[in-house]
Amino acid sequence: MTESQSSPIIKLVDVRKSYQMGALTTQVVQGISLDIHAGEYVCIMGPSGCGKSTLLNLLGCLDQPTSGDYFLGGKNVAHLDDDALSEVRCRNLGFIFQSYNLIQQLTVIENIAVPLYYRGASDKEMREKAERLAAQVGLSHRLHHKPNELSGGQQQRVAIARALVNDPLVILADEATGNLDSKSGQEILGIFDELNAQGKTLVFVTHDERMVRRCKRIVRLEDGVIAHDIPGGPAAPALAAAA
Amino acid sequence: MSFLARHPVLRLIASPQHLWRTVSLGLKTIWLHKLRSFLTALGVVFGVASVVAMLAIGEGASHEAQEQIKKLGSQNIILESVKPPDSQGGAAETRSMVIEYGLTARDIEQIRRTVPGISIVVPSRILTEIIWNLDRKVDGQIGGVLPIYPQMRNRRMLLGRFISDLEQQERLPVCVLNQSAAAKLFPLDTPTGKSVRVRGYYYKITGVIEDETKQGGGGGGGSSSSNSTAQIFIPDTTLNDQFGETFFRYKTGGFEAEKVAFHEAVVRVNDTAQVMSRAEAIKQILTTNHKKEDWRMIVPIELLRQAERTKQIFSIVLGSIAAISLLVGGIGIMNIMLASVTERTREIGIRRALGARQADIVLQFLIETTLLAGVGGVIGVVVGLAIPIAVSHFAGVTTVVKAWAPALAFSISVLTGIAFGIYPARRAARMNPVEALRHE
Repeated sequence: MTESQSSPIIKLVDVRKSYQMGALTTQVVQGISLDIHAGEYVCIMGPSGCGKSTLLNLLGCLDQPTSGDYFLGGKNVAHLDDDALSEVRCRNLGFIFQSYNLIQQLTVIENIAVPLYYRGASDKEMREKAERLAAQVGLSHRLHHKPNELSGGQQQRVAIARALVNDPLVILADEATGNLDSKSGQEILGIFDELNAQGKTLVFVTHDERMVRRCKRIVRLEDGVIAHDIPGGPAAPALAAAA
Repeated sequence: MSFLARHPVLRLIASPQHLWRTVSLGLKTIWLHKLRSFLTALGVVFGVASVVAMLAIGEGASHEAQEQIKKLGSQNIILESVKPPDSQGGAAETRSMVIEYGLTARDIEQIRRTVPGISIVVPSRILTEIIWNLDRKVDGQIGGVLPIYPQMRNRRMLLGRFISDLEQQERLPVCVLNQSAAAKLFPLDTPTGKSVRVRGYYYKITGVIEDETKQGGGGGGGSSSSNSTAQIFIPDTTLNDQFGETFFRYKTGGFEAEKVAFHEAVVRVNDTAQVMSRAEAIKQILTTNHKKEDWRMIVPIELLRQAERTKQIFSIVLGSIAAISLLVGGIGIMNIMLASVTERTREIGIRRALGARQADIVLQFLIETTLLAGVGGVIGVVVGLAIPIAVSHFAGVTTVVKAWAPALAFSISVLTGIAFGIYPARRAARMNPVEALRHE
């Protein structure tokens, strides 16, 4: 890969993660080094058990590497304490989950505003930003509905709005289209394309071929290491599968 | 610093908006599980209710005792004549038709001379008679007293004046009615200046005195006069002249005669601290003088002590009940909150992923627990205020609710919420975000 002039938004340096299970130590991530630059659209693929979820958790600062360094926006976040990690998650990262993970007792607008709440935003800021983002994902007419009154596609759009609300450095997603029918999935993929076009950095774990076709880069993991790091595009699924 | 501004507790204090948002989230969650929340709070309700009730009843007991002492006089020792139980059955040994018992002039004289530090001894005689005003009559008591009687017993004159020294010396047929007697004999007009009749004697009324407040007299508010015995007071000298030393009374089998010198005597001790020792001295005199238990001594200060003791026992019993129910209530809350934390593991994971710090999660759950306990506390205070009202109504026990009592009970409920909420809240906050997100 050709290095771009700007420093990477995400830089992993020989990151390892092992879990202790009784006397047994399982190496899940076994030395990954990876640079992701602003505006990239990366799909992380691999068979189950290859460590891609663990890698996503590490990238999402939900978990910490056993060894190695992780620079997010130029700052090493590999060894921060819990409070500082929470702050990083709040300000610099946006999460989208397979099962949407909306808070059931909150309305659409309240769900979108949750990250702002933890950042300490004012009521006014929360309302304005949440309304603007709801409009952006096409949910202005559903502001005061509860998640269980929405379709899967709509719920995932709420989750996307929520992930964007603090204007994060990177948006991370785990099988974002996995629970959706093909039409809703298509709509969501359209939103991702739009976001990437606006310059957002997207790092997704996925099995969805459509997503793989749209992305700019594919990172394929096998047994906790990067097996392939290839450009995405229409021909990518075949390549990725063959690799 | 932005770090400080982001600390959850500081933020809560700094921004009422934020506080309200956090509280309303807690209320929303509580409201979501109405029945469960109510049942959870029930333990606290009982605990708080018993704290409020305990304080009200305890305060009532002490208030009543103090009132009683105010009436009887804390410096006073009251001696009463009592008909001894064995003389009731016909006094077989003496075969005397006349039952003689009670305090005698010798007792009074002896107390007056030998017990130091007492200022006055006021003896009085009380007979049970029918009191007449024309064709109106009432069963009542006629008391022969000294002019100093009202001061000794702390009884206020409502109308006119009490018997004067001159009237006492001159043995004049004058009298003072108590409120009850006045109400029954003169329901429409002013009694002063008119006369009442007892047996064949007429007494001119000089005034009306308030009723004697007996223990447990109707709780709060004006005690109804129908509860009190009608009384009239005449100079002791007059009583002795007219009724003599022996009184005859009709009984179902025939006559019964009794000879009582004094029915009652009030001894005033100069120094309140000396009351108990003087009471002991008087008791010794009376025990030596009387073979039979035909007298009784009431020491108001001792009554206070007994009331304090009652209050103490009450406080211990109800206090333990309150403590136990608050403990049980607290454990109940903790139990439900632990279940709730497990149930909401996913939500906790989401919040953590979106940037909630451990302190944010602790605060969220702690506020929920505190609200739960606080709502329980409010209900408990309401129930707790109703209990004393019911108790005074049905049991006739005086209760006093001090303003600080509900406040104290409510604070205890909130503290219970906090104390028992800390563990579940910390457990929620300590969860691994990755595992929490994976939780189904």
